[in-house]
Amino acid sequence: MTWEPVIGLEIHVQLKTRTKMFCRCPVGFGAPENAQTCPVCLGFPGALPVPNRTAIEWVVKLGLALGCEIAPRAVFARKNYFYPDLPKGYQISQYDLPSCTDGKMVVPLQDGEHVVGIVRAHLEEDAAKNVHVGGRTGRIGGADYTLVDYNRGGTPLVEIVTAPDIHSAEAAKRFLQLLRQTIVELGISDAEMEKGTLRVDANVSVRPAGSDELRTRCEIKNMNSFTHIARGIDAEVERQVAVWESGAEVEQHTYDFDIGSGALTARRTKEEADDYRYFPEPDLVPVEPPSELVERLRGELPELPATRIARVATAIEHERALVLVTGGLDALWEATVAAGAEPVAASNVIANQLVAGGADPAAVDPGELARLVEARERIPRAALTEALAKVGEPGFSADPYLAQETVSDAGSLEPVVDAILAANPAQVEQFRSGKEGLLGFFVGQVMKETKGQADPRTVSELVRAKLSA
Amino acid sequence: MAITRDEVLKVARLARLELADDEVARLTDELGAILDAVSKVSELDLSDVPPTSHPLDLVNAWDEDEPHESLALEDVLRNAPATEGNLFRVPPTA
Amino acid sequence: MTAVVDTLRLTAEDAIALVERGEVSPAELHAAYLGAIGEHDGELHAFLRTVEHDDGTSIPIALKDVISTRGIATTAGSRMLEHYVPVFDATVTRRCRDAGLSILGKTNTDEFAMGSSTENSAFGPSRNPWDPERVPGGSGGGTAAAVSAGLAPWGLGSDTGGSIKQPSALCGNVGLRPTYGTVSRYGIVAFASSLDQVGPVAKNVRDVALLYRIVSGRDPADSTTVELPETVVLPVAERLDGLRIGVPRQAMALEAIEPGVRASFDAALALAEELGAEVDECELPLSFDYGMPCYYLIAPAEASSNLARYDGVRYGLRGEGETYRAMVERTRDDGFGDEPKRRIMLGTYALSAGYYDAYYGQAQRVRTLLVREHAAAFERFDMLATPTSPTVAFPVGDKAADPLAMYACDLLTIPSCLAGLPGLNVPCGLSEGLPVGLQLIGPQFGENALFRAGHALEQALALDLVPERLR
Repeated sequence: MTWEPVIGLEIHVQLKTRTKMFCRCPVGFGAPENAQTCPVCLGFPGALPVPNRTAIEWVVKLGLALGCEIAPRAVFARKNYFYPDLPKGYQISQYDLPSCTDGKMVVPLQDGEHVVGIVRAHLEEDAAKNVHVGGRTGRIGGADYTLVDYNRGGTPLVEIVTAPDIHSAEAAKRFLQLLRQTIVELGISDAEMEKGTLRVDANVSVRPAGSDELRTRCEIKNMNSFTHIARGIDAEVERQVAVWESGAEVEQHTYDFDIGSGALTARRTKEEADDYRYFPEPDLVPVEPPSELVERLRGELPELPATRIARVATAIEHERALVLVTGGLDALWEATVAAGAEPVAASNVIANQLVAGGADPAAVDPGELARLVEARERIPRAALTEALAKVGEPGFSADPYLAQETVSDAGSLEPVVDAILAANPAQVEQFRSGKEGLLGFFVGQVMKETKGQADPRTVSELVRAKLSA
Repeated sequence: MAITRDEVLKVARLARLELADDEVARLTDELGAILDAVSKVSELDLSDVPPTSHPLDLVNAWDEDEPHESLALEDVLRNAPATEGNLFRVPPTA
Repeated sequence: MTAVVDTLRLTAEDAIALVERGEVSPAELHAAYLGAIGEHDGELHAFLRTVEHDDGTSIPIALKDVISTRGIATTAGSRMLEHYVPVFDATVTRRCRDAGLSILGKTNTDEFAMGSSTENSAFGPSRNPWDPERVPGGSGGGTAAAVSAGLAPWGLGSDTGGSIKQPSALCGNVGLRPTYGTVSRYGIVAFASSLDQVGPVAKNVRDVALLYRIVSGRDPADSTTVELPETVVLPVAERLDGLRIGVPRQAMALEAIEPGVRASFDAALALAEELGAEVDECELPLSFDYGMPCYYLIAPAEASSNLARYDGVRYGLRGEGETYRAMVERTRDDGFGDEPKRRIMLGTYALSAGYYDAYYGQAQRVRTLLVREHAAAFERFDMLATPTSPTVAFPVGDKAADPLAMYACDLLTIPSCLAGLPGLNVPCGLSEGLPVGLQLIGPQFGENALFRAGHALEQALALDLVPERLR
């Protein structure tokens, strides 16, 4: 029996507005604890929420970028539960009538384009921060007490829910890369998992390949990188398949996945299921985005990553196109190709060496870069590396680097090769007894000795010739 | 429209009210009587009637994304039952 | 230099004139009311606390203790907030201060504004100045008692299902529940968000209009407020020519209305006709049957959520507990009295999974019908009239043990609250020596018309509204 993973993702994006969702306290890192709070985000008696207009515009912008229907009438709702990081005893969110519904994102994969449905995107406020303090009073198991900082409480979040249209960990990763790039290019969030401005939970189930049933799903939470998520999904799929194949049934649980150990740990089941008692927020009135606003935002949308991948992929292969676009490098690539560079070569140089060298893609002169791409095999490797590190500097010219030539004259290289071979008799012996991989070692040593000026191909030929003699 | 003791306990848990036994008994009776009275609303067939959340037909009330001055720390913590430094302190959640 | 201030009879308007003419200083006036409080409030318990000195440049005002006052304890009549001192003013407090008013003190209220007699106050009930063995009404009984007993020239209360109008009726003064959205709720300890409104309480209609003008208008801090479509006009007219008043047949058919109340009300309507009004019967088929059940689903549901913030974490009472959850449960059990607990339980139930549609959801639809039938009535009539309270003030203890009997006090005030409509209580007579109130209900933003009608009626009735025993 082959099994197909069925994955849906729940993503929280922290918007980079200046102020919170329902009060005008500033949002930002580094403030002293509880210094960015007011009666509203502290839930003082009598405090009332007032929505942030920018956050409302930005969720519409995101919805448009995801191909969603923008709700003509969106209603805020209260989600009621008790926790120290929830000062009002409810979170203001959206429930029945969210801002955006029924969108999709096209994800290019090796075997073609996959469509992932976006069920909804809605606005809500973030919870505050609990710090659980332990080990002071000798209490067994768990924290001794909890400290609460309300600075983060009230930060605007957009929650995006996908349909269960993702069928592999790899596809999930690709989807998230694309989503993240889209969000960043819209200018609404930095969307970084390490900083917590992008959070992802995965809902995973499996089914017999070819069927369209939906079996019990489990949730994996608290993952903090795309790789972490992909591995967690793989681990959970494996676990579930094993359960079904043993004749048992998968039970609904929430898991944490530890990327180090590869272990999935089920969270303690709660005594009672949460009943959030959602109802329309009476302190807020509905949002009916004016059509002029929606059309203006639609007009302001940049060309989205998914579209650009499709275009770039007509010249180079999909994987490479995805890497360029999700790395924000495709604009530079297009300009470099327009300046005459060969597309595949340009993509390799940009995605690998340029990025490694740390130059700022936005500052690079595409004409100069194109010249370097053209000369990449002709000039010494060391010269190329240095050029690519500096290509973003103002006034950069490729001239001095292009003037350098690799030494490919066997005559001047031969003594160096001889010296290296003589200095490494053990490796020579190993090579001769079959360890062909050591060729790279010898070439490397010669490159080092010639400070990168030698032409690697000539060196490689020389070494081979001498060692097979 | 009677409400059972179990339902009362369940609702009390949701509402985080720790009720004494006699309170539970009394509330079971009182809530039963009140629910009886309010259940009258189900006499009406309202399938075609939209709900009213606000008596005023207002939409699109919002504020510009401009920061205001946050509260001074001593005001934030002035009424706090327990603090540690500038943080609110509560018993552990587990 | 100092005029002798007869706080029992001095209207706010006259008091302001005295100060403006320099006949009395704001500090002297403030002290005069403190003196009256010192003399009479031991018996009436209208105030929970008074303010000794205040920098106001005009006359004092009493504020119901659900209205946040910076630096002055604001308890909402509850142990939960017994020692809570707000660090910010409610918007209405700030507008009073901006108008130069000095804060005289905070008045007693049923706990979290839930009740019709102040017997639910954690700090003891207030007493009716006409007969201290009787209740002043609620939840704003403290403000109403203070105004009628000459302990404050005027005050602000809050009304959710009748908490301004009913105490005004029982104490014999004028109270306005404004159109929903015309007075800010920012800083008001919330009970039911889609129903709560702050409103003025005073000795006469002109004073009420004047205070309404001071506090009303859109507040950016409260998303549910709007600008008034027209400015507030202090009434002068003494006739009611052309005014069409509708009396809902279903309201008058209620057996709960005492004969003495009915008689006073009918006499007042006859007088209105003499003043030129056309009085006729109108139909509100569902309001007086379904208004109560609808209200007692919506209000507790919203309250159950609004009161969730009282968890002992950031302010207010904190109960003992080894864990967060135990602490929260203890806090809420210790901090809330019986009525808030009842309503929290009821509201939580009405919103819970499986019950939402039948209870809260259904009640919101009933509400739509009530809105519609009031709107239909206003196509034929300029305003509606009913008695404000089915009975005169009842003895302390009479209804305290029967929640449903207490809820029934609001039978007549609730329906228009659900519709977001303004209602003005105008004293219209006495029955058994106790005040009877007439409720004038207007369409949305109909306050000016209510003031005109109320003022004319008030002038024609010319009642002496000082409690007999205090004269």
